Amino acid sequence: MFDPSSFRDPALAHKLIRGIDKHAAGIARQRGEKYIVHIMEVCGTHTMAIAKNGIRDIMPANIKLTSGPGCPVCVTANRDIDMAIEFAKHPEVIVTTFGDMLKVPGSYSSLNEEKGNGGDVRVVYSPLDALAIAQQNPDRLVVFISVGFETTTPIIAATIKRARDMKLENFAVYAANKTVPNALRAIADDPDIQIDALILPGHVSTIIGLDPYKFLATKFHIPGVITGFEPLDVLQGIYMLLKQIDASDTYIDIAYTRGVQAEGNPTAVKTIYEVFEETDAEWRGLGVIPGTGLAIKAEFAQYDALKRIELDPPAPREIKGCQCGDVLRGALPPYECRLFGKTCTPEHPIGPCMVSSEGSCAAYYRYTDYGRSK
Amino acid sequence: MSDRIMLAHGSGGSMMRDLIEDIFTQTFCDVQLEDAATLEIPTDRIAFSTDTFVVHPLFFPGGDIGHLAVCGTVNDVATAGATPLYISVGFVLEEGFPMDDLKKIIESMAKTAREAGVKIVTGDTKVVGKGQADGIYINTAGVGTLPAGIDISAKNCKPGDKILLSGTLGDHGIAIISQREGLEFETTIETDAAPLNHLIADTLAAAPHTRVFRDPTRGGLASTLNELADSSQVAMIVIEDLVPVHPQVRGASEMLGYDVFQVANEGKMVAVVPADEAEAALAAMQSSPYGIDAAIIGDVTEAPAGRVSVKNGFGASRIMDTLVGEQLPRIC
Repeated sequence: MFDPSSFRDPALAHKLIRGIDKHAAGIARQRGEKYIVHIMEVCGTHTMAIAKNGIRDIMPANIKLTSGPGCPVCVTANRDIDMAIEFAKHPEVIVTTFGDMLKVPGSYSSLNEEKGNGGDVRVVYSPLDALAIAQQNPDRLVVFISVGFETTTPIIAATIKRARDMKLENFAVYAANKTVPNALRAIADDPDIQIDALILPGHVSTIIGLDPYKFLATKFHIPGVITGFEPLDVLQGIYMLLKQIDASDTYIDIAYTRGVQAEGNPTAVKTIYEVFEETDAEWRGLGVIPGTGLAIKAEFAQYDALKRIELDPPAPREIKGCQCGDVLRGALPPYECRLFGKTCTPEHPIGPCMVSSEGSCAAYYRYTDYGRSK
Repeated sequence: MSDRIMLAHGSGGSMMRDLIEDIFTQTFCDVQLEDAATLEIPTDRIAFSTDTFVVHPLFFPGGDIGHLAVCGTVNDVATAGATPLYISVGFVLEEGFPMDDLKKIIESMAKTAREAGVKIVTGDTKVVGKGQADGIYINTAGVGTLPAGIDISAKNCKPGDKILLSGTLGDHGIAIISQREGLEFETTIETDAAPLNHLIADTLAAAPHTRVFRDPTRGGLASTLNELADSSQVAMIVIEDLVPVHPQVRGASEMLGYDVFQVANEGKMVAVVPADEAEAALAAMQSSPYGIDAAIIGDVTEAPAGRVSVKNGFGASRIMDTLVGEQLPRIC
């Protein structure tokens, strides 16, 4: 098994930190001391890695790290959570999903509350487990609530194909899966958001490779580096980004070469598009972004939960005071949300960014002094 | 005898008596077939603890629920600085539970009790219907003698004290999760569950002013240290590079998105010791077969009260937070 201790070597870390300091100073000389370089980490796992390793605190004064929309639970719109809750209320349905989804509040309730109210909601570690539950419960419809980016979607597509091969009739998926590149386009296009560089997601890129990000460099002149999740990975990614900015260069690069190849994993991508087709998707905080959703193709319609059971959820409503949307756009640091650390804590989360194990509010709350009295 | 547990095994009738006589009494040796065990306790202070074990899966690398049930209670009694002497055992068995599995579990309990030097002296069995339990649940309670003058308490930590850990973190949690349905992955990591009463007694002999012992079980080291820091109104700083973690545990934790400080342990002990007794305590821990990897991992400081932080190898520090809810593998 992979031994991450080799990616924690203090001597190498100090070398990278010196490199970061050098290029940060170079940028300050070119652009002025007051110019702040905004680097956004797209992926929730990076958000956690940065917080967990105290990396934000050792950055030079002119380098600011901002969290982006890369937590799949957090960006799931209230409407999708509400739909999952409606499935859980249905007496014929067993809802299966990943654990993080349980506590996320929808407009009026959460899957956890519905479970407490008698709904049959079960946590699975893999969508394939939902197939086993379907086999064990032939008189019920097992609905898998599917969220996630390109990393998780191939296994969900493979699960649907497996269900077809098994001729399993009581299994369906509510698909709220999303794809990352066009969400980055929306952020790059947003005049409210200042981004100089992007730490690109390691796991997503394992599937899609490097090409889908090239527009960031060519059209928006934003450099990007695909980065791993160990402390040295993150420091190396930041170093490579600052080197580009210091040299007034802009391209997409890979720091995470042990995990990502430029062409990605074409077999996994092919599996996704055998089962799914592009559609528009609603993102929390970013609204509807064309071409970032994945709908189940007509030939797999019998595995589309929406086509199996008719539901009529009440109109979604936003959670009062919750600013997860602004946090996800990188427009507001978590600790500036009015609710952060006051009414919204991991014990009593108001918004998804405090619930998810990849959420930026949870990362700030768990690992930093922000919002704490002690 | 049937090869599976039946409802009649809990009926109070002859089948129940057969089960107790043929399996429990023979294996445990010390169980008295009376409603209450009578015990000789030569002291005016005792430590008394109870715990219930509902672990799944029941058998996992290096251990089983029975081993865990004895170790857990022995360790809870020992953390008070006491010498555990007697244990009671309560079983909730699900109808249909394989008799062979039950035998394996109680043999494991008997073996662990012998290793710890405690006697299993009384017990109880209930059988519930199919689907009303998850195979087997075990409750254990333990009693131990507490020498005069021993004052072990979560409230006792003082600025300047050293924090000791008796070995590698997270082995039990990762061994369990590696077997969990849907997550099976290959690892050679085994549970660390072990009776630590002798290790504790040796440490206490070497460091008589030890402030507190605590086994970092559910919630891991993070929950334990936060509880101690809160109770004593002190701060704690852990040096990440000093904390022993098996590379496979670290790798699995990273893969699953777990914080290794929050992963459960069953055979590790945290001790907070005055600085001038720390080296002696460390040597005592390391001389135990369960403390070979023991290390001094950090310091108790004055302020801010209740704050536990971790300093890493490149000079950054962060909060070590208490686990909230259950650790769940990440999606992405």
